[in-house]
Amino acid sequence: MILYDYVLSPDCYKIRLLAALTGAKLTLRAVDFHPGGEHRSPAFLAINPAGTIPVMQDASLTLTDSAAILTYVAARSGPAWLGDDTPEMRARVALWLAFAQRLSASIGKARTHDMLQKPADIVACRKAGVQCLREIEAALVERHLMGDAFLAGNRPTLADIACFPHSMLAPDGGISVDAYPAIRLWTRAIRALPGFVEMPGIHRLHDLKPEPAGVQA
Amino acid sequence: MTDPIRDEWYPVALVSQLGPEGRDTRLLGEPVRVAWHGGAITVTSGGRSLPSQQRYGHVWACPGTPQRPLFDIPEADQPGRRLVDVGLVRVKCSPLRAVENFLDIAHFPFVHTDILGAEPHTEVGRYDVAIREEVDEVWATKVHFYQPQAAKSAAGGITTEYMYRVPAPTVSILYKTCPPRPGEWDVITLFVQPLDEELCEVWPWMALFDDDTPMTDLIHFQQTIFLQDRSILENQLPHRLPLDPGLEIPTRADLTSVAYRRWLKRRGYTYGAQLVAA
Repeated sequence: MILYDYVLSPDCYKIRLLAALTGAKLTLRAVDFHPGGEHRSPAFLAINPAGTIPVMQDASLTLTDSAAILTYVAARSGPAWLGDDTPEMRARVALWLAFAQRLSASIGKARTHDMLQKPADIVACRKAGVQCLREIEAALVERHLMGDAFLAGNRPTLADIACFPHSMLAPDGGISVDAYPAIRLWTRAIRALPGFVEMPGIHRLHDLKPEPAGVQA
Repeated sequence: MTDPIRDEWYPVALVSQLGPEGRDTRLLGEPVRVAWHGGAITVTSGGRSLPSQQRYGHVWACPGTPQRPLFDIPEADQPGRRLVDVGLVRVKCSPLRAVENFLDIAHFPFVHTDILGAEPHTEVGRYDVAIREEVDEVWATKVHFYQPQAAKSAAGGITTEYMYRVPAPTVSILYKTCPPRPGEWDVITLFVQPLDEELCEVWPWMALFDDDTPMTDLIHFQQTIFLQDRSILENQLPHRLPLDPGLEIPTRADLTSVAYRRWLKRRGYTYGAQLVAA
């Protein structure tokens, strides 16, 4: 599986994270998104006419949408992540995969605007981003009342992978996450998963590391 | 009369990325326009033409009257080096905070975990710091640190040697062990453009010996490092760099920072600094 990748892209990171959690082997092809704008080059547009990343190629398959890529990686390497326990769980996974597009269009755009000076209506992006975070917070609280710690049920699924990166990176775009305790607990649970990998702006949980040799707790 | 802040050279654009539309930006709170005129690049502010030049992949401008030439990086002209335009990153922090963070080693194991540092190798050994009066620059030398992946070209963990140099208030240059070419130094710079006292655009740039790593991977490696710093920098308090020595208690590992702050104060470079505790 070849992933056309950019280290700072939350949508590319989702794929790297799922691959790490499921043990899927990725071949990374670095795309010079910034400053080179390689995603707008004729060679890249021949692969993905939409000029977006991530893109995955595997044998005859070319996938240009992060939800499709997540679904494919899970189906290949970790079917449990598809969340097929019940019809309700499956539907919730589909819902949050679609919802993640709103995160990319709001928080994602605010972030590339503030960080890399990409054009955006920053006020509108931040406003829509706050609305998204409030919806995630409300959904997580509701799930907690049902006894579940994750977006689609009592275990992590693609729903969590799809919505986790932008939720954590919101401060990069000037959107505070201080007001959302359920999001904080949820992102902590994801960062504690075995095999978790980080990206710039999403730090690992240092307190889960073993104590250095010779140091008493 | 000279103004120690306005008379400095600042980066305002990346030559390779300056399109025909030019670039509207800011310098020290004032609007600045970088544009092509014929085959040349001009920098203007409020209808006034600013002294400008192209060097180290960037366009440099001086809002006042330059009192000295742009600092020299002789390695930039050394044959065989790859010159890497990493591209701008905007950071909501004092330009001086951005430089100071670049001079710090102690955060490596915690912020750049498994790349530039790793627990339990957290000790910063003794190193030398000097304000070199003859060139009016801050230098830190004989800095050693254990690094799991010191550079894209490093195969495994090595003890890396560093030298830090501050040739201008918003510029830092790092010389570090070059894994494929022992005896030479890799050059990694941080050029900081002060937009306001608490907002800057940072232009990392590198001159490396590395014939194997694709250019995009070199860019991504450095962007990864710097974006790990960004989320920390935006949360540092106070927002302006304190130059009042009574405000913080530095440790030995902070010697470079202490010298940098002292040098800024002595030069009267206070843009983005806090002189008296608020």
